[in-house]
Amino acid sequence: MATPAFPTSFVPGPLWGNGPTPGQVYNFPGAATAPDQWGTQRTLNPSVTTTSVLAVKYKDGVVMAADMLGSYGSLARYRNCPRLQKINDKTILGCSGDYADFQFLSNIINQRVVEEECLNDGFSYTPPGLHSWLTRVMYNRRSQFNPLWNTYLVGGIHQEKPFLGYVDKIGIAYEADTIATGFGAYLALPILRDAVEKNKKMEEKQAVELIDRCMKLLFYRDARSLNKYQVAVVTKKGSEIRGPIVSEANWEIAHMVKGYE
Amino acid sequence: MSSIGTGYDLSASHFSPDGRVFQVEYAQKAVENSGTAIGIRGKDGVVMGVEKLVTSKLYEQGANKRLFNIDRHIGGAVAGLLADARTLVERAKEESSNYRFSYGSPIPLKHLTDRVSGYVHAYTLHSAVRPFGTSMIVASYDADGPEMFLIEPSGVSWGYYGCAIGKAKQQAKTEIEKLKMKDMSMKDLVKEVAKIIYMVHDEVKDKSFELEMSWVGEATDGKHQLVPKDVHVAAEKYAKESLEESDDSDEEEL
Amino acid sequence: MEAMAMMPYQQEQTNHIERPIQHRFSPYDFNGGTVLAIAGEDFAVIASDTRLMTGFSILARDVPKTTQYTTNTVVGSCGFHGDVLTLTKVIQTRLKMFTYLHQKEMDTSSVAAMLSTVLYYRRFFPYYVYNIVAGIDTEGKGCVYSFDPVGSYERETYRAGGSASSMLQPLLDNQIGMKNQEGAKQVPLAKAKAVALVKDVFTSAAERDIHTGDAVCIHVITKQGTTKETYPLRRD
Repeated sequence: MATPAFPTSFVPGPLWGNGPTPGQVYNFPGAATAPDQWGTQRTLNPSVTTTSVLAVKYKDGVVMAADMLGSYGSLARYRNCPRLQKINDKTILGCSGDYADFQFLSNIINQRVVEEECLNDGFSYTPPGLHSWLTRVMYNRRSQFNPLWNTYLVGGIHQEKPFLGYVDKIGIAYEADTIATGFGAYLALPILRDAVEKNKKMEEKQAVELIDRCMKLLFYRDARSLNKYQVAVVTKKGSEIRGPIVSEANWEIAHMVKGYE
Repeated sequence: MSSIGTGYDLSASHFSPDGRVFQVEYAQKAVENSGTAIGIRGKDGVVMGVEKLVTSKLYEQGANKRLFNIDRHIGGAVAGLLADARTLVERAKEESSNYRFSYGSPIPLKHLTDRVSGYVHAYTLHSAVRPFGTSMIVASYDADGPEMFLIEPSGVSWGYYGCAIGKAKQQAKTEIEKLKMKDMSMKDLVKEVAKIIYMVHDEVKDKSFELEMSWVGEATDGKHQLVPKDVHVAAEKYAKESLEESDDSDEEEL
Repeated sequence: MEAMAMMPYQQEQTNHIERPIQHRFSPYDFNGGTVLAIAGEDFAVIASDTRLMTGFSILARDVPKTTQYTTNTVVGSCGFHGDVLTLTKVIQTRLKMFTYLHQKEMDTSSVAAMLSTVLYYRRFFPYYVYNIVAGIDTEGKGCVYSFDPVGSYERETYRAGGSASSMLQPLLDNQIGMKNQEGAKQVPLAKAKAVALVKDVFTSAAERDIHTGDAVCIHVITKQGTTKETYPLRRD
């Protein structure tokens, strides 16, 4: 019996592994999924994340800093993620946590600022106003079990005095002279607090130097950090975002650290 | 008016036998009853001016503005029913906000004009609604330079180098046509805009008015804003002086 | 052959993929803090520490958990600070609406009753907040009401709530309630004595409870109104 020149039915072999099934999309960790037998799943963990934000009030303003790394788990994936935002001449915003959530809220805030400006009525968002609003947004999202996975710091000048406030993903909020999020709360905050308590009338130069020192320290100790960062400064004269600043690191003594071999 | 009593003017959803929609034409009449508004597009920006008629001394100064910010880079000048105009501006703001959310950049004026005029047009199609008694000049400045469009109650829109709406639109257009606006800067145009508004104002019929002027262009960093006070005052002064001069020369001729 | 080719590849897909170490989202936190209130004959004292914590970290050292609601009503709220802020905002809004409607301030007993219903409204997703209301009642006597997070409440003469409540309450039982003492006589508590006692018990609580410290904010409420003082506690 002669074999036919072509197979009568053709079944394709398997494609390569580790990819999506044809007709399907990749399953990203942490992505929202369609409702299943347990109901709808929401973003209950972050994907591209950013690390600490530091901020300190000084005599006539606020200094804030954050590095520019966007981490995908332990992978240092994006190295140019700005996350300090100028809201207006009196207000700045800093964010840590899920970068997509930040971009989402940032768009909304930007649009609100544009609409505010268009009214041309002499009013603008004040730091405590924005802080209070963020408090409500974050608390509402947590109450719907669909949180924005971020911690926000609002800095600025209000009624001639520096303002610095904190809001997190479940709606905890407070004002303080020094605030640090993430690893910064453990590594940098004690240093910031010590410096501010010893020098209640700190000048801008000293405050910026203090923040620079803490950013370098965080780069040495926080594995999810980068030595490229931005610094935001607000005073009566206005607000500006400086950088990216690259801090020089010296790892010469690293090989002498024992115990991790 | 030939339309009255024919029955073809009772709703916007009916044509007359000779192919007109009278409700739209009435809306255009509403625009022509209002104080004049003009816009001139120069080489580096657009300047808009409004003759805002003040019908009562009891109004606060600067009340009932007819120049609006629609987005950072877009402004609008309106003529016609002010309440309708505000609705239209609200819609324009919404459209430009929508565009920014979708595409992450400021809306090009052409797109905004298309969206808003589409909206205006929808109000000329149904018997349940009344067309907008408003015309709106919109102006912007971006990387591709200055632009200006006029949106009419019919829902039609065109781009212009100079346009005028309201009471004295004919006279204003004649004056604008005398300018070489394509070679002129915003700073020069402000003076001309002020002059034209002062020129076309009818002191006999309409007693008092406020001049409103706004601009958007290179000099304003691409932002639409009211003309600053000092520039406004200087332009107003120039307008008055040059009109007096021409009055004097008219008398000499006699 | 054919069967193998049709095998779904999906099984290879990753339920066990490595994720950032992150526990499940929790809508609650505990931010420390202790509140304490004592009702006297014609006054009431209410106090709270000013430390705000999460885990082992101090977030801030100057956040009192007491809020003045009316001329003679002060409420202490502690637990989850996000809920504390929200609850406080809700109550203050309701009080404002009340004063506009009735042209008078709400009585302390009514503030307590309203707080109870506001708390119970969230019975199945509670405000994680321990509340104590202190004030002057309609007869001019000092009053204290204590609440659980879902709104059950009662009037008392003294009560401690929050992180060091289990340390303070027995102390108050002994010193104000004269409990577990032989032959002790109930004598009316003087205002100065009450304030001194508050300072002492908070100093003690700060020694033993890591969630309590930095400072204590003490309100003394009388018919005339309210005075406030802060007294330092240990900051470590």
